[in-house]
Amino acid sequence: MFIQQLFNGIMLGSTYAMIAIAFTLLLGTLNMFNFAIGEVFMLGAIFGLTFVHMGLPLSVALPLAMICTGVACLVIERFSFKPLRNAPPLIPLVSTIGFSIFFQNVAVNIWGSERAQFPQWMEPINFHIGPVLISSTQLVILGFAVCLMVALDLFIQRTRLGRGMRAVAESLETATILGVDSRLIILMTFFGSGAIAGAGGILFGLSFSIVSPFMGMDPGIKGIASMIVGGMGNVRGAIVGGMFIGIIEVLSVAYIGSSARDFAVYGLVFLALLLRPQGILGVIQPEKERI
Amino acid sequence: MSSYQLDLFSSLGINILLALSVYCPMATGQLSIGNAGFMAIGAYVSAMLTVHVHLPLFPSLIIGGIAAAIIGVLFGFPALRLKGIFLAMATLCFGEIVRNFFMNFLQPLTGGAYGFRGIGDVPISISWIWGWVALSLVFFFFLSRSRLGLALMATHDDETVSELIGINIVFLKVAAFGVGAFIAGVAGGLYAHYYLYIEPEFFNVWESIFIALYVIMGGMLTYWGPVLGASIFTLLPEFLRFLQDWRGAFFGVVIIGLMIARPSGLVTREMLRIDFWIPYRKRRKP
Amino acid sequence: MKDTPLLTLKGTNKKFGGLVAVDNLSLKISEGYIYGLIGPNGAGKTTIFNLITGVYPCTSGSILLEDADLTSLKPYRIARLGISRTFQTIRLFPSMSTWEHVLIGQNFLSRSRIGEILPVRRTQGSTLRAQAEEALRILGLWEVRDRKAVTLPYGSQRKVEIARAIAAQPKILLLDEPSAGMNIRETEELLGVISKIHDLGITILVIEHDMRVVMGICDYIVVLNFGRKIAEGTPMEIRQNEEVLEAYLGKEE
Repeated sequence: MFIQQLFNGIMLGSTYAMIAIAFTLLLGTLNMFNFAIGEVFMLGAIFGLTFVHMGLPLSVALPLAMICTGVACLVIERFSFKPLRNAPPLIPLVSTIGFSIFFQNVAVNIWGSERAQFPQWMEPINFHIGPVLISSTQLVILGFAVCLMVALDLFIQRTRLGRGMRAVAESLETATILGVDSRLIILMTFFGSGAIAGAGGILFGLSFSIVSPFMGMDPGIKGIASMIVGGMGNVRGAIVGGMFIGIIEVLSVAYIGSSARDFAVYGLVFLALLLRPQGILGVIQPEKERI
Repeated sequence: MSSYQLDLFSSLGINILLALSVYCPMATGQLSIGNAGFMAIGAYVSAMLTVHVHLPLFPSLIIGGIAAAIIGVLFGFPALRLKGIFLAMATLCFGEIVRNFFMNFLQPLTGGAYGFRGIGDVPISISWIWGWVALSLVFFFFLSRSRLGLALMATHDDETVSELIGINIVFLKVAAFGVGAFIAGVAGGLYAHYYLYIEPEFFNVWESIFIALYVIMGGMLTYWGPVLGASIFTLLPEFLRFLQDWRGAFFGVVIIGLMIARPSGLVTREMLRIDFWIPYRKRRKP
Repeated sequence: MKDTPLLTLKGTNKKFGGLVAVDNLSLKISEGYIYGLIGPNGAGKTTIFNLITGVYPCTSGSILLEDADLTSLKPYRIARLGISRTFQTIRLFPSMSTWEHVLIGQNFLSRSRIGEILPVRRTQGSTLRAQAEEALRILGLWEVRDRKAVTLPYGSQRKVEIARAIAAQPKILLLDEPSAGMNIRETEELLGVISKIHDLGITILVIEHDMRVVMGICDYIVVLNFGRKIAEGTPMEIRQNEEVLEAYLGKEE
């Protein structure tokens, strides 16, 4: 039973992880807190569902939706990042809150506020691995999420562009001086952040059969919490944090009850902030001043 | 005044109080997106007092505010170590914990997740709300011109230096949280006794975020900023009725645009000086 | 020197992880004099200021103001005991005018609790306001009292920082590289200002690289290198001290 819940927690956690990655990519590389990621997540599911309703197979709809959400993030870059480069970090954050409100309202008006579902996309085969009951759909979803995250991690660690991202994360000016095409990196980071958030949205929609304009609100905040608990500024921290939050959430519902769910999650995040604000794998520390 | 307009102005008054409640910690450099939690505490405590203990309104409001303030001060201490996004996140968690508390506990007294009905038979008069608004504005007026207000400005500008010139920033920051919580608690009590119904769902994260937005967009550096921000956000939707369902999208665009055009908010400290409004030619030589 | 030292550092140590910033430093500062603290960059001078004012705790050793042990006190308490400072990079309050800087500098002096919430203009202000005005006049800042301090020219900004520091009539004033970034005229003015502050009876500790300032106004000089005190004495004595010359100029080959 426990291991089953653990597995469920990992399923949930992997979507939180993807949202957390989307947040942390921008925060770590560009010091930009994009509050609208939760809504971009939602748009991924909405776009995905729309493409599927238009007749496209899921294998096409998913990447297409990821491209769309990547573009949505580029729009955010254009209005919330580029013109506000020199403002204190609170300002772009507020701007992205504006985008959040905007996207959600547009989604409600165009798609309607009812919940929808992805139509069945494959014949689920349930099987047992030890005491755990897994359906093949879950496996595919999890596999896809894992592949995406591993690919991203490899990209950042091994490729030239990935190195560029890490350089920009250290210092934008130095990176530019050293010849890194910072404009490209910036656009790429925004696009990638949007794409992965969108992917998370579709996977969430497939896993939990929920697609609605409001589906991004709660996961968005849990994604921020995951990022902070896991350690801001690095992808692995986001993954660890996401899993942690997902598992906590599932376990608290399983063993205490659904009323305990938010208590457990937010209570734990609160404690984590007080006791270890830099998170599990933290890179960004709450600053100490130099005089 | 029609009943609709009455409701609108009551909303306005309460929103102004809430905005001022966030302005308090923000004046010391602490961003709070959990004030709906303090509002909830004030709402539930005062409602329980009037309904179950039959206490008159005024002491109920005060006790509700004090309850919120105590929690605010308790929160303020550990919050001292946190800055920026960490603090904001902690306040968010706090707000959610409070909301969950009222959803799951005290059910027989408050109706829990089903809501607290019948808080009195008759809504309080709007002058209760605006009385408190006036009181708060007077408070902030005197505060802004006092040495204490100066100390708050210093703490907001540069905490480290403030400490080194003898300002007890621990006291100021914790007190700011406490006072802000008190105001939010009173606002909650007023809300409960005007609308006669509250439920935990009202006091959610987005509520807290909007309140913070009133302050940030209105202008964070002076107490008139939150007043203006709350006013615009409460009244503007009325003038935008023609947009119907698209009002949200419009608001989003307004926020995005405002941050590009006027990132420091609508009201700046300079605007409070008379000579800001006098055309340049007419100003006396310095 | 007068008998009881105003400020004493005994065996003060400060380590940051493995780095020793201040190494077993002992110092006696007597009231009424101007001390210069010199040494190559990284010698630990600003760290000592930070230790005295409570920004960092000492790893070991003690710091005493007259008889009061400062070592475990919070910075605001130390400030209220009578130690004020300026900073290497000028740190003013961006939203305040020159006058407000002086007011806030003396804020904790306003005794009455109620006085803290009464409007600034009417507080038991006559004494405090007079003191504030005097601080500005001494520094030649009275004319620009209503201007936002960060809009003033660099030299004036430094003076505002100093005005803020002396507004509380401290016992000791710590100046961290006050002449940094100043031209000759401004440095001359600064010397005059420090002299006037000295006449008020305030003991001054100056970190400086500009030798004209150091030799010009200091009664005593303390030389540091690698966190250690390598020499102490009058300007004359220091000028001839071999170890000091070595620290600055390198060994003679």
